Amino acid sequence: MEILVCARRVPDTSENEIQLNSAGNDIERDDLVYSINEPDNYAVEEALQLVAKASGNVTVATVGTDDDEEILRREMAMGANQAVLLSDDAFQGSDGKGIATVLKAFVQKNKYDLILTGVQAEDGAAQVGGMLAALLDYPFASLVNSIEVLDGGKLKISREIAGGNKEFSEIDLPCVLSIQTGINEPRYVGMRGIRQVASVEIPTFDASALGVDPATVGDAGAKVKRDDYFVPALGKGAEILAGSREEIADKVIELLKTKGGLK
Amino acid sequence: MPRIFAYIVHKAGVVDDSAAELVAAAKRIDPAANPTAIVAGSGPELDAVCASLSASYGEVWKIANESLAYPNAELIRQALVKVVPAGSIVLVAHDHFALDLSPGLSIKLNAAYVPDVVEIDGVAGPQLKVVRQEFGGQFSTHVRCDISTGAVINVRPGAFKPTETAPLAGTVVDKSSAIGPLTAKRRYLETVVAEAGDVDITKHAVLVSVGRGIQEKDNIPIAEELAETLGAAVSCSRPVVDAKWLPKSRQVGSSGKTVKPKVYMACGISGSFQHLAGLKGNPFIVAINKNPKAPIFQVADVGIVDDLLEFLPELTNKIREAKQVSV
Repeated sequence: MEILVCARRVPDTSENEIQLNSAGNDIERDDLVYSINEPDNYAVEEALQLVAKASGNVTVATVGTDDDEEILRREMAMGANQAVLLSDDAFQGSDGKGIATVLKAFVQKNKYDLILTGVQAEDGAAQVGGMLAALLDYPFASLVNSIEVLDGGKLKISREIAGGNKEFSEIDLPCVLSIQTGINEPRYVGMRGIRQVASVEIPTFDASALGVDPATVGDAGAKVKRDDYFVPALGKGAEILAGSREEIADKVIELLKTKGGLK
Repeated sequence: MPRIFAYIVHKAGVVDDSAAELVAAAKRIDPAANPTAIVAGSGPELDAVCASLSASYGEVWKIANESLAYPNAELIRQALVKVVPAGSIVLVAHDHFALDLSPGLSIKLNAAYVPDVVEIDGVAGPQLKVVRQEFGGQFSTHVRCDISTGAVINVRPGAFKPTETAPLAGTVVDKSSAIGPLTAKRRYLETVVAEAGDVDITKHAVLVSVGRGIQEKDNIPIAEELAETLGAAVSCSRPVVDAKWLPKSRQVGSSGKTVKPKVYMACGISGSFQHLAGLKGNPFIVAINKNPKAPIFQVADVGIVDDLLEFLPELTNKIREAKQVSV
């Protein structure tokens, strides 16, 4: 089975306290630590487990810049057979459809039985997989939390729906699945593994190599544009308790007694 | 102004709560909007849904087909592409069904797509201005969307408060014959209900709930000890289940359990909307988080900016001491 995983590099919220910049129109990107989008890591692990059971290859692709090579190398250290960078100045400022358009062009130059994405990235949009599937006329399922390969070019999958219930379906290959976190336990990647792939050349494809019309992608093609970032003002907000740890604990105990949390 | 449609989800003949919220969202796009509901399904259940919707929508488009008895997004997309006029705005509640439907629908309608919209600022020329959230709700963004070829807008459930209006006497328009044959490359098999688990967190008045801030499985006893002194149960947010530190049955949220405690202690939980969607009944929320900007502090009653690994043991000890004194 030939599997493509579409991945993305995002600011790592566990490594950074993300701040607004002084202009108040973007997050502060200086000194930001980035990592692979966590759900994408589950997608790569799932792909690796599927090819280990059957056979085939796992390719990881990202639409981005040279800076994004680090996550491609990380996923190769995890076990992906190859990685590709889809990069062109014309791709900058793409909306979800723009990214899906670039990925579609790459998919059509190759042959994949299965395409995986993470369920969503830091923007919470959860859109590229479904768009890519529609552009390719492949079937699609979101929030996938189990995959079983059936005979006859099909998969049995489950989706995580409301209340944690599982919705089982059969889906024809080729298809696109967005992978929910928790589907597996992504393997650990050590520094040694990263070093082993540090000098592997990562093929890069630009708009002309992919046959993508620059007017359909990037800022030029985007129908959806983000103007700024700001801190939402929702409700009155919590009363932040001040004092020493001990004093705060005493206050919490008093509050718990009042509110029925402590008898 | 483009025509506005609302795709309405329903279950067992009952309209989803989002139906009224989508009317409110439509009126944020255009105060004079008279949105049209679209529903798909089959049999008497669908008729019941149409009858119920005609009280809140002036027009209800009904798509009846045996193959739509279960809401398969692939089939419903094919049906919608046949009936929705070019250039329309289609509103959908941002849930697990919409994640399947809407991205592909926007492609097939050649329309713009904005997911998980929490506020709508209105239309200026060819642009719809909306607000989304990123980074799990820590930051909001103003987003402009070119609606000149239509748009599919996913609206966050609960973000738009329904307005009280007199019931309408809407008309039901049967569009079933317009959709033609539907073919599925994905076929629904069955739904397996989540396991109940060892502890029923929905029955507890006090929950000590842990998130990513608990850091590792070996720290779970810190929360368990506090819970024990309070007579509470330990619940959690999604990352804790993903990491297999606690079973799925302990998860609070839209993909976990819906709980109604009196007191909710959110420990190291950032407070994503998917998590908060599982928290009902207006509990007293105590949030403990190292990050003073964590969205949980916007909804909590009291906040403690501290490391839960330090604070919880302190609190547990103090409660134990207090109990000894009173005995």
